[in-house]
Amino acid sequence: MQADKTLTIKTQEVVLPNPQQWVLLYADYLFGFAVTRLNDENLAKDLVQETFLAALEKIDLFKGESSEKTWLTAILKNKVIDVYRKNASAFTKNILVKEALQDQADFFETSDGHWNPVHWPKEFGVENQEPLLNKEFNQILQKCMQKLPALWSVVFTMKHMDDEPTDLICSTLKVSPANFWVIIHRTKLNLRACLQKNWI
Amino acid sequence: MMDELDKAEIRKIAYNCKKATFLIEKKQIDKITIREELELKIHLAGCSVCRIFQQQSIIINQMVKSWINSSPQEKKLDENYKNQLQNIIQNRIKKN
Repeated sequence: MQADKTLTIKTQEVVLPNPQQWVLLYADYLFGFAVTRLNDENLAKDLVQETFLAALEKIDLFKGESSEKTWLTAILKNKVIDVYRKNASAFTKNILVKEALQDQADFFETSDGHWNPVHWPKEFGVENQEPLLNKEFNQILQKCMQKLPALWSVVFTMKHMDDEPTDLICSTLKVSPANFWVIIHRTKLNLRACLQKNWI
Repeated sequence: MMDELDKAEIRKIAYNCKKATFLIEKKQIDKITIREELELKIHLAGCSVCRIFQQQSIIINQMVKSWINSSPQEKKLDENYKNQLQNIIQNRIKKN
């Protein structure tokens, strides 16, 4: 019925949405999109469902200007950012954060900023052997990311995975630019140390 | 400007791994100033530990980036859940 309505208004070149095919065509893709960014399979499943339902609700708004896939991905991306926002605000109330921050403090000597010898980076031994293709190495990094405080992991993912502009990240998560850089620095120190601990 | 760095400053730079690792991170995302660039260069020339850090930091960023394009077959929804989704969608369409 809705499809008919769209037809009368639009030219015949318009691509009509076909929700019957969505699961078959896009469910795996959307799930992959969400799980890569959120590192949480159950949450990713829920978001895929919410995305389809939201898309059905506003199916009249689908203009056929972008592909169905692009349209659905945009809806999902907004939902992922909502999760980011929620995680970021929960973080600020979390006492665990303070502890994590203190943990980081001993990476370097407070007096001169020199590495604390206990935390000296050591060679992983995979630097020259395509570490990107090493499955086990990737899995350890994913586990290390799951252990990060929520806000750190969100800042890191938005920057290094999605390449979002720094000012957008700061305004979305209500983080000052100074804190953004502190988080970026600490997150990397933390991830690298976690890899070293679990790999070597 | 570059020759204005005196010995005390160079010493400070040479030992400040905290600052150096910060600049390594910043440089991968944003521009750093010419002065910062110089400081980092001086530091890395004398600090093998931070050179390892830099190499590994770059690898970590590349790995995270590569997950975005990771083959979809690695991350699949289970069929049960897909059937469930299909039913939910069918029901919604019928209602409209």
